[in-house]
Amino acid sequence: MSMMQNFVGWIDDRFPMTKVWNEHLAQYYAPKNFNFWYFMGSLAMLVLVIQILTGVWLAMNYKPDAQLAFGSVEYIMRDVDWGWLIRYMHSTGASAFFIVIYLHMFRGLMYGSYRKPRELLWIIGVIIYLAMMATAFFGYLLPWGQMSYWGAQVIVNLFSAVPVIGPDLSVWVRGDYVISDVTLNRFFALHFLVPFVLAALVFIHIVALHKVGSNNPDGIEIKKGPKGNRWSDKAPADGIPFHPYYSVKDIAGVAGFLFIYAAIIFYGPDMGGYFLEDNNFFPANPLQTPPHIAPVWYFTPFYAILRAVPSMYGSAFPGVIAMFASILIMFFLPWLDRSPVKSIRYKGGIFKTMLWLFVIDFIILGFLGTKPTTATYKLMAQIGTIYYFAFFLLMPIYSKIDKTKPVPERVTE
Amino acid sequence: MSAKGVDLKKRRTLTLATSAVGAVGAGFVIYPFLAAWAPSERAKAAGAPVEADISKLELGQLMRVKWRGKPIWIVHRTEQNLKDLPTLDPELLDPTSEDTGQQPDYCKNPTRSIKPDYLVAIGICTHLGCSPTYRPDVAPADLGPGWKGGFFCPCHGSRFDLAARVFKGVPAPKNLVIPPHYYMTDTTILIGEDKGAA
Repeated sequence: MSMMQNFVGWIDDRFPMTKVWNEHLAQYYAPKNFNFWYFMGSLAMLVLVIQILTGVWLAMNYKPDAQLAFGSVEYIMRDVDWGWLIRYMHSTGASAFFIVIYLHMFRGLMYGSYRKPRELLWIIGVIIYLAMMATAFFGYLLPWGQMSYWGAQVIVNLFSAVPVIGPDLSVWVRGDYVISDVTLNRFFALHFLVPFVLAALVFIHIVALHKVGSNNPDGIEIKKGPKGNRWSDKAPADGIPFHPYYSVKDIAGVAGFLFIYAAIIFYGPDMGGYFLEDNNFFPANPLQTPPHIAPVWYFTPFYAILRAVPSMYGSAFPGVIAMFASILIMFFLPWLDRSPVKSIRYKGGIFKTMLWLFVIDFIILGFLGTKPTTATYKLMAQIGTIYYFAFFLLMPIYSKIDKTKPVPERVTE
Repeated sequence: MSAKGVDLKKRRTLTLATSAVGAVGAGFVIYPFLAAWAPSERAKAAGAPVEADISKLELGQLMRVKWRGKPIWIVHRTEQNLKDLPTLDPELLDPTSEDTGQQPDYCKNPTRSIKPDYLVAIGICTHLGCSPTYRPDVAPADLGPGWKGGFFCPCHGSRFDLAARVFKGVPAPKNLVIPPHYYMTDTTILIGEDKGAA
């Protein structure tokens, strides 16, 4: 026995290193027909690592104090060596995270990755998405610019629309009667904390994934198919070991991603006001709302839904309910889809049309959320909101009556 | 030890009792963590009244002062403004200020003020807390021909007239709040205190 084997053996007797390596990488058999869309999961993990690393580095120079915060961000940008790069990596990373996650979720919608037995996997994913949104929201207050301040003011006031306990609840969240130094300080603490919760949730997401096995573009359960491949006669015939096959494939995805990510960091970190909003280059002023405020692009579809619903019975609560419902409805998706097939490849015209209209609707709502309200835009947002909910609530009907194609026995090449 | 001597029922009861006591203890420990999020004594004490000198406020002008971290508007309304107010009543949600939470009793009147010439209001939209923009211009292109001057919230498009009353069909559900205030002299207003409804 070589020294290396001796060493590994010594570890394995004390920690299941080889066992974990095999179970989750070298002998984890994933379907052999993964396509472009299957890059997104590993890219999301990469971005999470980038965000935690750059975030901790920013925290070394950032000051969570209403008097100093704005200045400390400018200090990072101008005086800290390479500070501008670390900050742009972080601010671009936030948007990149949401792009990758939206594509990851769309993949799930297309190929029915939320269907039995992956319901819980999907639900854990939605929880991760909620944690991401919370992190992004806390982080957005930290530069203490005009958009930070008034954005937080609007979102925290959503709580005050809750009947009876609302006003007290929003004071409790802020720790003050207005967004203030107290709020900034606690949002900084939470912005630091939640990403680690997020990392733990990602771990749980992967444990759940490896229990049920990956779905694939055909929506076929390879575990139920024939057994036996080049590596093992017990493994699914349509499976290939994650390592080295998908670890290498994912590296190609990482290279492509980093190419675009770096181009944005170096040539357009504010993305024309979508990644870094113009108004946030002014320090927060509690006495003056900027003439037009809008959240960052990744929240705007939900913001458009909030604005589309009018106040009823002297309360802004219905809009708030609609906004939260638009996110929480995702939890129920596994039970709303009644189609006999999983993947869009074998679903009929109705589902395909509904899904593509949903994508267009989501983008239009996102666009409307960045614009000031006019009568036309408001009507468009209302139609968009109705369609958003119709996509989910009518799914039990249209997915059932839809004409599906027969699913093949084995995955297609 | 043999399983024979084990009283499973007793064991379950004890486990349950221990868990219950533990849960109560955890409940007590959670409280300080939740309570620590409430406004501190310092934040509560910061709500002292502020003085505003209105001697230099021209007709049609708006001034802002800060009270409890919020913008307080003082508007010197023109005669035309005051004439326009009653004509807007049919377009408003609560023209007669029936909602008692939105103003002190002494401002429950057609102009929502102590002196008709001066509007004193908290400049925070009752929808989601943005600060509306002062738009005294009559019938501007973006607000329509019916606009007689007032406040427009840039965040969600809520509209208020020059008595800080909300229009129908906008997201804001209530009129803007009139803070407690009183005139110390003819040209000085104290905001945050009303000497027992002076």
